Amino acid sequence: MSTDSVKRAAETPAEPMPFAELGMKQEEYDRVKEILGRRPTGSELAIYSVMWSEHCSYKSSKVHLRQFATKAPKSDALLVGMGENAGVVDIGDGWAATFKIESHNHPSYVEPHQGAATGVGGIVRDIMSMGARPIAVMDALRFGGADQNDTRRVLPGVVEGISSYGNCLGLPNIGGEVVFDPCYIGNPLVNALCVGLLRKDQIKLATAPGPGNKVVLFGASTGPDGIGGASVLASATFEDESHAKRPAVQVGDPFMEKLLIECCLELYAADVVVGIQDLGAAGVSCATTELAAKGTGGMHVDLNLVPLRDPSLRPEEILMSESQERMMAVVRPSDIAAFMAICEKWDVPATVIGEVTDTGRLVMTWDGETIVDIPPGTAADDGPVYERPFHEPAGQVALNADTPDRLDRPADLRLTLLELLGSPNLASKEWVTSQYDRYVRSNTVLAQPADAGMLRISEVMAGAEPTTRGIALATDGNGRYARLDPYAGAQLALAEAYRNVAVTGARPLAVTNCLNFGSPEDPEVMWQFAEAVRGLADACRTLGVPVTGGNVSFYNQTGSTPIHPTPVVGVLGVIDDVAKRIATGFVAEGLRIALLGETKEEFGGSEWAHVAHGHLGGLPPAADLAAEQAMATVLVEAAAQGLLEGSHDLSDGGLAIALAESCLARGIGATVALSGDAFTDLFSESSARALVVVRPEAFDRFAALCADHEVPCYGLGTTGGTSLVVEGVLEVPVAELRETHSGTLPALFG
Amino acid sequence: MSARVGVVTFPGTLDDQDAARAIRLSGAEAVPLWHADHDLKGVDAVFLPGGFSYGDYLRCGAISRFAPLMRELVPAAREGLPVLGTCNGFQILCEAHLLPGALTRNASLHYVCRDQRLRVEATGTPWTSSFEAGQEVVLPIKHGEGRYVADPETIAALEADGRVVVRYLGNPNGSVNDIAGIRNEAGNVVGLMPHPEHAVENLVGAPSTDGLGFFTSILKKLVNA
Repeated sequence: MSTDSVKRAAETPAEPMPFAELGMKQEEYDRVKEILGRRPTGSELAIYSVMWSEHCSYKSSKVHLRQFATKAPKSDALLVGMGENAGVVDIGDGWAATFKIESHNHPSYVEPHQGAATGVGGIVRDIMSMGARPIAVMDALRFGGADQNDTRRVLPGVVEGISSYGNCLGLPNIGGEVVFDPCYIGNPLVNALCVGLLRKDQIKLATAPGPGNKVVLFGASTGPDGIGGASVLASATFEDESHAKRPAVQVGDPFMEKLLIECCLELYAADVVVGIQDLGAAGVSCATTELAAKGTGGMHVDLNLVPLRDPSLRPEEILMSESQERMMAVVRPSDIAAFMAICEKWDVPATVIGEVTDTGRLVMTWDGETIVDIPPGTAADDGPVYERPFHEPAGQVALNADTPDRLDRPADLRLTLLELLGSPNLASKEWVTSQYDRYVRSNTVLAQPADAGMLRISEVMAGAEPTTRGIALATDGNGRYARLDPYAGAQLALAEAYRNVAVTGARPLAVTNCLNFGSPEDPEVMWQFAEAVRGLADACRTLGVPVTGGNVSFYNQTGSTPIHPTPVVGVLGVIDDVAKRIATGFVAEGLRIALLGETKEEFGGSEWAHVAHGHLGGLPPAADLAAEQAMATVLVEAAAQGLLEGSHDLSDGGLAIALAESCLARGIGATVALSGDAFTDLFSESSARALVVVRPEAFDRFAALCADHEVPCYGLGTTGGTSLVVEGVLEVPVAELRETHSGTLPALFG
Repeated sequence: MSARVGVVTFPGTLDDQDAARAIRLSGAEAVPLWHADHDLKGVDAVFLPGGFSYGDYLRCGAISRFAPLMRELVPAAREGLPVLGTCNGFQILCEAHLLPGALTRNASLHYVCRDQRLRVEATGTPWTSSFEAGQEVVLPIKHGEGRYVADPETIAALEADGRVVVRYLGNPNGSVNDIAGIRNEAGNVVGLMPHPEHAVENLVGAPSTDGLGFFTSILKKLVNA
């Protein structure tokens, strides 16, 4: 078996290369040849094909994503923006938080357990590579219809994967979402978020400066998992069929990842890391090209030195392997001994595989021959950029015209409340969240089913000066809203996450997003994408919260039918005194209940239309960002003044569901009175609304604060008793609410 | 002189920081102990925290029992050193034969994290003397392998000798006789599936501070010793 060296490539210019099998277009391949002045070697083709893939290069989305930068609001908090492994924001007192959400959708459909597990592993390594200690995870999940057969395969596997991997890492899982819709039956969405904490002056970046510095690969050894297309390349080049059928889904080892976390933190503390990058998609290819491109510009790597778990791997496969739990660091020669000693303490294998050079070239050798010799920036940064055509979907006008006005209103609102409360999307998610450890490390202030997860930060790292601050995180997204109007849908996703953070008393600070769409080659999908990005960028500017990073997932479709466009938005907020956080729901008897915000008749894309009529049409609720901002200001200020005892945001299912969930939080009933049309008041999904509970003696002060900020505040009633009573409309014992709410998922999934 | 309680970290241990914090909150000194050391650092008691030591590979606790530190800990425990193992720590104590029986896969086959009602049955141990016999408490549980099993003679002996320390009220995992925690014959070694270290502060963790009792018990014992 001969090696396809640079020398050989120059001598055999006409040799056909399997670029199409690797997903490369003819013009992309031609461009590689133009860059190199010859045909690429098999290894070079491996690098360009993965680095220029949609997943790594954002070639279809780039032209739109630029708006997150050009429209970014001015923010003093942003320390590291888009383009790094994760964004970093200043949260005060010398602390910084880094957070990001990323998809692992397709692997989770093929192999739910490992797909979801390695999704968690990947995002945790992104956070580690910023120099941070990962402190919590969350998951935004979408599955097919709850009663569809394949959901019974996918959901338990995904939950078990997240559970087994995340729990074993020792990271509390503090929230997220579980949503069912038949549009996701062939394309479940697994979006994993991780947040980390670091001192502001200890940010690490993916860069390889300083000629002579060593390149160290550490963590798990490299195996044949997740290679995908590389096998095509290896077998096509070398006529070796044995490599053709390799698992395309990676297999995770959370134990190794836990060791890597502790090992990295000790390496950072010892200051023996110049630059660092995790190995995720595109493995060694991505890490070497990106580190080199952002550093002095050159790197020499001897691929024979990469520790292998399968000695038969060819260089092309080593370059593309997505074996998990690996990191690459750039280390000064004088620090190598200390670096290795720390790795040894944690039983983490580490190997010097190369060094930084000033040649401007990424050079790799195999068996003494040069197999890669490329300018690294051409692979990492200069990938193709497409301005994909887009147009409004053919049926969009008709869809928007088919409003819920024609749907029969229910006669029995009690029955409607129970139907919605027990429907899979609104039912208790405890069957899922009880499989996640929410307590480990003892910094969890709020976790599911609270509106946002919250963590204290003073105790996260030993020796750091104490602070009263905490951070809050929420993720939200509504595919039905985005299907009806992707511009508004993306804004509503942001608005809900922003509101969920604010109702806990935290000030929203920054945004991450995971944009899940169908094929970008479908102009109708591309329109949805363009509109969603435009909407989100505009809303971020209005609300003053910059996008710090995120992820695009295209090709979520079965045949020609795409999923609903599903932008999932994560918002991170800060609370100055974490002891003043607002609990979710009715926390005591005898408190005044108030509704903030205006309720309009808005049922397009609502849970009621979905559950009662299987209807999706019309327009989603209007996104009123000025009202969201004013309400958030009131909530944060009221929390700081100690005026609020509890709160809950209004979203899917409207006031009725918010009241029921608030009763369920502590098993405390309530009596409320409505002033308008009961059905609209209870089930409309108008945005910019929240419930709060206030001590009677504090109510006037709170109402005055609302008036100062022009936030509508309506006294609804009082907490107490054993039933939820809506005067003259319905009465349901809390025990019945509980039974309805908690029975659905266990009945479906065992 | 303050009481010194060792907290053992194996590769994959997760709740060591939590345990150390709970020990400090109770007024004792937490002393980190490293799995690879042959050194108990002269501590007065040892806490074996939860987690997934060695990834729970092979069988929970099966590899940890061979750690160098365990070679020091096992004889010390047999000579009366107070030892509390929670969750993975309980599993390790069983694998090391300091406690009888074994922890197997939950009957539901799912990992379960929830705030669990329990009854403290035995208050004669150095870890539970702050409780009233029969006192009901709430502590978090979080495990996939917490179903306590042993042969009928062992169970009968545990019950007859009052060696069941804590019992579940509402069995979450299928444990025999709702057993959540036991002690050895001498009483100095206690294993629990619940996590007292996650129930010591109002701000974080479970909505209970019932876990503090385990830490004040050992402090009282050591200070009065």
